Amino acid sequence: MSDVLIELKGLTKNFDDQQVLKGIDLKIYENEFLTLLGPSGCGKTTTLRIIAGFDEPSSGEVLFDGVDISKIPPYKREVNTVFQKYALFPFLNVYDNVAFGLKIKKMDKSLIEHKVKKTLKLVGLEGFDKRDVTKLSGGQQQRVAIARALVNEPKVLLLDEPLGALDAKLRKEMQGELKKIQKEVGITFIFVTHDQEEALSMSDTVVVMHEGIIQQVGTPEDIYNEPENRFVANFIGESNIVEAIMVKDLLVSFDGFEFECVDKGFKENECVEVVIRPEDIDIVKPEEAKLTGTVKSIVFKGVHHEIVVETEHRDYMIHTTDYFEVGLQVGLKFGPDDIHVMYRMDWE
Amino acid sequence: MKHFVKLIRPYMVWAVVMILVPLLLIVLYSVTTGGNDLINIQFTLENFKKMTEPIYVAVFVKSFQLGLLSVGICLFLGYILAYLITKFSERVQSLLVLLVTIPMWINTLLRTYAWICLLSDNGIINAILGLFGLEPVTMMYTDFAVVIGLVSDLLPFMVIPIHTSLCKIDHSLHEAAMDLGANRFQTFWRVTFKLSIPGVLNGIIMTFLLSISTFVIPKLLGGGQYMLIGNLIENQFISVGDWNFGSAISVILAFIILIAITSMKRIDKDEIEEE
Repeated sequence: MSDVLIELKGLTKNFDDQQVLKGIDLKIYENEFLTLLGPSGCGKTTTLRIIAGFDEPSSGEVLFDGVDISKIPPYKREVNTVFQKYALFPFLNVYDNVAFGLKIKKMDKSLIEHKVKKTLKLVGLEGFDKRDVTKLSGGQQQRVAIARALVNEPKVLLLDEPLGALDAKLRKEMQGELKKIQKEVGITFIFVTHDQEEALSMSDTVVVMHEGIIQQVGTPEDIYNEPENRFVANFIGESNIVEAIMVKDLLVSFDGFEFECVDKGFKENECVEVVIRPEDIDIVKPEEAKLTGTVKSIVFKGVHHEIVVETEHRDYMIHTTDYFEVGLQVGLKFGPDDIHVMYRMDWE
Repeated sequence: MKHFVKLIRPYMVWAVVMILVPLLLIVLYSVTTGGNDLINIQFTLENFKKMTEPIYVAVFVKSFQLGLLSVGICLFLGYILAYLITKFSERVQSLLVLLVTIPMWINTLLRTYAWICLLSDNGIINAILGLFGLEPVTMMYTDFAVVIGLVSDLLPFMVIPIHTSLCKIDHSLHEAAMDLGANRFQTFWRVTFKLSIPGVLNGIIMTFLLSISTFVIPKLLGGGQYMLIGNLIENQFISVGDWNFGSAISVILAFIILIAITSMKRIDKDEIEEE
C-alpha cells in the first residue's frame, strides 16, 4: 500500500436529533479497494456521501491529499460516484450520459469522443453510444454509470451499493468485472455494501461498521478469521459465539473444559468471547473429543450440510460435507488455531 | 378491468349530446346562412371570407399578442414560483400548492372586479401613490390592466403542471450532475429544466388556450371598446345576432389552437430525441 489519499478524522453526523456517525477515523490509501460493510442504518452510506460532498459532517475533517475538503461542494472534488439506482440522465443517450462531465469541463470535442469511446470499451459497452439508457438492462445501466464516473479520471471512485439491484448471477459477474476495472485504471475504489460475501471477495480492505462506529478494519482474511468482537463475528458469516474465561495466555475455558488457543495479551481470568467458525469444527466419535452431544438437525445447503449439535451447554453449528443421522452421539473437535478469542462487548 | 368498460357508456352518451352535437352544429352554422333557420339552409363560405377583413384580422393579431405576452409572463413567474415551492418540505409544499389554487375557488368575475378596485383612477393603488404625492396613473382600460388580469387568472394553470414535473425529478439526478462537475446553475439548466419541459409545455398550452378565448377579463378591465377574439364571438352571438359568423370565428380559433397544440407536442418530442 502506498500513500494515504483520504483521511477521515473524528467524523460525526447528526440528522435531526439522531446521531448516525459517532466519530469515524479512517485512512484510505491510493489504489486501494476499500469496502464499507455493515447492516442498513450503520452509517456507511452517510460516510460515503460525506466523502462525495452531498452531506456535510456535523464535526470532524475529511482530508484529501492532506487538505480539508469537508466544506467544498461536490462539483469541485476529485471524486466521482456510482449511485445506488445509477441516476442516469433519462433524456441523454449512452454517449451523452458518459460525456456529461467532460462537456461541463468544456473539453475539446474530439478529445471527449476519444475518452468516451475508450471508457465505454473498458466497461464492455462498445457500440452502445446511441442507445437509449432507459431501454438498457440493469447490468448495462450499471456499466454506463461506472463509465460516466470513470471517464472524468477521478482519484477516487465511490460506489454506493451499486450491485444491489442486480440478480445473483449478474452480481457475481459484476463483482469480478469491478475488481478488474479497478486494477486496470489503478485508482482508489470506496465501495459500500451490506453483503458480506461481496465485501470479502472484492476488497483489499474491509471496514465493518455498526451504529455509526467502525467495528473493525482489516483485510478480508483478518475480518473473517480474527473478528474483533461478537458483532463482526456474527455479521461476517455464521458463527458459534461462546462466552468464556481466559485462564491465562494460550489457555481459554468454556463449557466446562479448558482449551489451548493461540491468543494472548488478555488479563488473567478475563471474561471474553470465543468464536468458532462452523467449518472449523470436525465431527468425530464421542470418545475422541472433549465436547460431546447429539445431532439435532441436518440441512443440505448445496456444497455442505449444516448440522446443529446439541451439547450440555449450548447448540453448535457445524458445516461439513459429511452426513450424520439425527440423534447420533458425536464429539466436536477443533484445534487451537480454530478458537478465536475476542473482547466481550458490553452493549449487547 | 374489462368489466368496468361498460361504466363509460353513460359518459359517452353525455359526450355525444353535450359536446359532439354542439360542435357539429357550430361547424354547420359556420358554413351556412340564415342563422337558426335550419329548415332552408344555404351553404356558403361567406362567413370565412368575412374574417379576412382587416378589422377582424386586427382582432386576431391583438388577441394573439396579448395571449402570448400573458403566457410569457405566466411562464416566467410561474416557473420561479413552482421551483421555489419544491424547495420546501412535502407538507409545506402541498399547502403552498393549495394557496396557489385558492384564487380559482373564487368566481372570475369577482376576482376581476377586485382588480378594478385596485387599478381604477381613484382606486387603491392610486390612493397609495397619492400618499407619496404622486400623480394618479391611468391603468384601467389599457393593455396593462388586461394583461395583469389575465396573468393573475392563469398563473395557477402554469404553476401546477410545472410543479408536478419538478416534483417527479429524482433527486439523485441533481446529485449526479453535481458529482460530475456541474455547479448549481449548470445542474439546473442541464438537468432540472430539461426534465421539467413536459410540465412547461402543458402549462403553456393550458394558459394559452384560456387566454386566447377569454372574454370577461378584457371586457371588464379593457372596457367596452376592447375587442379580443372572445369578445368578438360573444358579440356576434349576443348583440349582433349573426350566429353564422360567430361560428365561423370559433371554428377558425379552434383550428389555430389545434395547430398550436400539435406543434407544441412535436417540440416536446424533438426536445427529447434531439439530445
